This record gives sequence, structure tokens and C-alpha cells, in this order.
Amino acid sequence: MKSNRIRLLAGPYLAWAIAFIIIPLVMVFYYGLTDKNGMFTFDNVLAIARPEHIKSLWIALLLALISTIICILLAYPLAMILVNMKGNSDKFIVLIFILPMWMNFLLRTMAWQTLLENDGVINSILKFMHLPTLTLINTPYAIIFGMIYNFLPFMVLPLYNVLKKIDPNVINAARDLGANSVQTFLHITLPLSVPGIISGITMVFVPSLTTFVVSDLLGGSKILLIGNVIEQEFTSNSNWHLGSGLSIVLMIFIVISMIVTAIFDKDGEGNAL
Amino acid sequence: MSNKLIDLQNITKAFDGQVVLDDMNLYIRENEFLTLLGPSGCGKTTTLRIIGGFESPDKGRVIFDGEDITKMPPNKRQLNTVFQKYALFTHMTIAENIAFGLKIKGKSKSYIDDKIKYALKLVNLDGYGSRMPDSLSGGQQQRIAIARAIVNEPKVLLLDEPLGALDLKLRQDMQYELIRLKNELGITFIYVTHDQEEALTMSDTIVVMNQGYIQQIGTPESIYNEPENAFVADFIGDSNIIDSIMVRDELVSIFGHNFACVDKGFGENKPVDVVIRPEDVELVKPEEGTIEGVVTHIIFKGVHYEMEVTACGYEWLVHSTSCFPVGTKVGIKVDPFNIQIMNKPESEDEEAVGVEE
Repeated sequence: MKSNRIRLLAGPYLAWAIAFIIIPLVMVFYYGLTDKNGMFTFDNVLAIARPEHIKSLWIALLLALISTIICILLAYPLAMILVNMKGNSDKFIVLIFILPMWMNFLLRTMAWQTLLENDGVINSILKFMHLPTLTLINTPYAIIFGMIYNFLPFMVLPLYNVLKKIDPNVINAARDLGANSVQTFLHITLPLSVPGIISGITMVFVPSLTTFVVSDLLGGSKILLIGNVIEQEFTSNSNWHLGSGLSIVLMIFIVISMIVTAIFDKDGEGNAL
Repeated sequence: MSNKLIDLQNITKAFDGQVVLDDMNLYIRENEFLTLLGPSGCGKTTTLRIIGGFESPDKGRVIFDGEDITKMPPNKRQLNTVFQKYALFTHMTIAENIAFGLKIKGKSKSYIDDKIKYALKLVNLDGYGSRMPDSLSGGQQQRIAIARAIVNEPKVLLLDEPLGALDLKLRQDMQYELIRLKNELGITFIYVTHDQEEALTMSDTIVVMNQGYIQQIGTPESIYNEPENAFVADFIGDSNIIDSIMVRDELVSIFGHNFACVDKGFGENKPVDVVIRPEDVELVKPEEGTIEGVVTHIIFKGVHYEMEVTACGYEWLVHSTSCFPVGTKVGIKVDPFNIQIMNKPESEDEEAVGVEE
């Protein structure tokens, strides 16, 4: 009796999941695998092979990969510094890092638009200092920049959490057994932080791969990521079938990236020494 | 015993302005089992961490085998540590854990394999090499932590409350195991604990610490039988500590009753602390004792009865194999050899405070 009642508490979430996760997913698959007459077809999925789609998928993968790597390289040292801070100052700095997340995502990205524009804030400062101006907006660099800016906290937090949990005596033990600080990092800290790296990658790579807002605002209409293509199919072209078909392809790529990271995780654990 | 292997000279260490060690001097001889004993916050772990190289002293020097190692990083020191809660590498197998130090030093594979086998045998965990640390019990993990340290053939093994996380029975077994290991390896052990029984069982030398000061250094027997101050007496085992007056040499007045004792040189009519161990209090018929009292509590403890006797307004703790029911009128007698006289602390620094068991 009691366990049944407790199960009832899961009801609201179950309803939510069915209404907003399961049904949309089923609909995406339905639209993706049918044509306008409701006939079963693979055409929408295979449409990814069109040169313009392949190109936008390739660029999206590349930019997401670059952003993720840069995020790891920025976040890891930062997380290590935070963990080694004494007292409560680390919590304050973490707060500063997640503070921008309290602001609307669109607003933040639009702010960067104003900063990066050809006659925007950065170039005005350069002009004032009689330095050559830069073309920043509407370049892949601007998109990468926007992705890193928006998604960096999602890399810092899991790394910070996983590093914080490592017993300082485990690090001391490695030093005690003769490892210098580089060896200690490579053999102990890095392998032990793999779960944090994995969840950081998942939380940065996936939204970077699927984003269309960042590329829309900072890439102009010149650089189309796969996310932009899908968005356009749903909105301006009203071709839900093609949009869903391409979404399925994107989902497949996300699943592949998850599998790849999981394999790397196992390697990380096995090849510790 | 032989010469000084480790010499701590004038070690001072403070954390955030809080002095943890104040001008401490201590030496450790070769092949000695030395225990740093004291309540939490007494500076014993900090002392160990300074020897291990995980903390650097604000002042003072650490001399190891004649060489100043105060500034040497831990990976260069010829000693190994067994940490509290084991600190095993959870992402490696037991064999990889044990091999870690040897691989770092670039030993050959056959040498390492031999060492792993030897170490696992030494700690009675043959055949556990391919297991992961998480699959082992606390006691087994602790033995692996010891194995991981000793394969590096350190001159000194530092042990930081290694048995703290184990249950009582296992702790007692491990104490004998440690003594056996110490004898087989023939190396110096520096052991940190707050457990006086552990210290008494295993040590050659006990260093009793409180609030950053060494209270007494000695063999287990001398620490127990001749505590130098009330803190040591109270921390090591149960005891009756009583404000008394030293009337003259070999005579002390306890609650106005004269007791013969064997101590001399305290002066005449001087206030002192008297320590009498509970097992040294003899209960006799009221008219045969020096002081009369009434039994107020009795508990059976297995080997003996633990009783409380109220006499002269003081609750005497008594251990005896004979039973005196509550309400019995008894006399208290103490053999002169069993009365330990101590000077009262003169300064605040020496004040014995904050005893926790």
C-alpha cells in the first residue's frame, strides 16, 4: 500500500515526460520518416547527404568540437585553482562564474553582438587607440567565442565538483610514493576526474552542436550550422518532414558522441598507469 | 638504542594565526616504534605531516639521517606514509596500487612483480592483486595501504591513525599485525593516534602531546606508572587526580589524612597533584583503611568490578576483583609505591586542559 502511494508521487513527472518528451520524440520520428502524403520514406533522413546539409553538419561538428576542447582547456586549470583555494573564497568565485547564467541566454548573446560588431564597442576602442580594426562578427571565431562564453560554466561546474571530491590524501599518497607533481596529475588527478570531464563534454558539446541562436546572432546568415538549417525548415520553409529527418540525423550524431566519450572513459580507467 | 634518525629542531607551525606546534624538539631513533599520542588538535598529525613533507614548518628544521630536509618535497624523502582512511587509488587494481611507487622509480617489471607478491604475502592478502580497492573491507584496504608503502623500502614508515576507521576487534588484530610487521621489516615506525590503549600496546616510546606541546616522552610503562603531570595521568588510562599537600619528603596529606609515599624533593607543605590509578586503590574494612568511604556505584567489567567510592567528598574510582555492593562502608588504603606525586602546573602553557576520551 505504502509503496503504491509513493509511486503516485512520480505521476506528475510521468505525465510531463509523456507529454513533452515521449510524444514530441514520437512525432519527430513520425514526421522524419514520412513524406507530405504520410507515406513511409527515408528521403528526409537521407537529405543530409545534400552538399549544403553535409557542409552545415560538418561546420557544426567542427565548431562544437573546437569549443568543447577550448572549454576543457580553460575550465580544468580554473577548477583546480578553485579546489585548492582556502576557506570559502572558492564558493564566491564559482558564484561569479555562474552569475551570467542568471541572465537570459539571448540577451547575453545579443550583448556580445553589440561588442563584436564592425562598428561595435571593441572596434571603437581599437579605432580610438589608432589600431587596425578587426572583422569579428559573422565569422566562425565569433560563433566559437559565443559558444565558449555561454557554455563554459557547464564545463567548470562538473570539473569543480569531481576535483573537490578527490581526497587530498590520495594526492599526498602519490607524492609520498615518489611521484612529482606532473606524474601525480597524469596518473592520479586526471584519471580520477574523468567522470567530470565526460559530463562537462556532454553538457558543452551537445548544446554547441545543436545551437542555432549563437550562430544566428554572431554568425549572421553567412554561416549556417545544422541547427540553423533545421530551424529554417520548421519556420520559414514549413517543411516539418525535412526538419524532423535532419533532427534524427543530429540525434544519431549525439548518440555517437556519447558512445565515443564512454569508450574514452573506459580507456581512461584502464590505462591509469 | 642507536642514533637519531629524525631530529625535529624548534618546530613552530601556525594555521591562520592559531599556533599548532610551539617550538617543538623531538628526535626519533633508528628502528624505534614511536607513537605521538594526544587528543584531537594537539598537533600530532601536523608533526607527522611535517616529517612527511606535506606541511612546512614556519620555524625550525627537520633533520633526516644528518641531512636537513625541511624544504625537500615529499616525493624526494626516504619515508612513506600510511594515511588515515587508506587513500588508495580507486581507479587502479590492488597490484597497480602497490606497484605505483616502484613504477615511478622505473623499476623492472620482474622486480615489481616479485615485490607485489612479497608485499601481499606480508599483509596476508595473497591473490588479491587483481581486485579493485572498493571490493575490499576496511581492514583489507588498510593492509593494502601498508603494503603500498613498504614495498618502497622506506627507512621510516609514518602511520596517521591507520586503525581509526576499523571496528574494535579488527583494530586489536591489526595492532598485533603492525608489531609483527615492524619486527619483520626492522624499520622505524612513527605512529599517530588518540587511542591510549593502541599507544601502550605497540610503542617503544610514547610522546604525549597537548595543545602543541610535548607533555611527556617515555616508555609505555613510565608514561602509565609515572605520569609527569595531571594531563598525562588523565589521558593515559583512568586515574584519581587529587589536590593534595606535600607535608614533607615521603609524606603527603590527602584530604587531611597523611599517606606515606616514596617521592622526595617537593619541599614542605607544598600543594601538589596526586595520581592514584584505580587498580591501586585497596578497599578494606572501614577501621583498617586510612580514609573511610561508602560505595556509591558498581559496574561489572569482566576482568574486574569498577566502583565509585565517595570519601571525603571525592568520588574515588576503584578497580577491584572483589565485589563491594552499593552502600557498603569501606576503608581506603594505598600502597606508598602507588602514590604518584606531581607538581602543579606553574604557567598557563603547562595547564592541562580539554581532555577528551
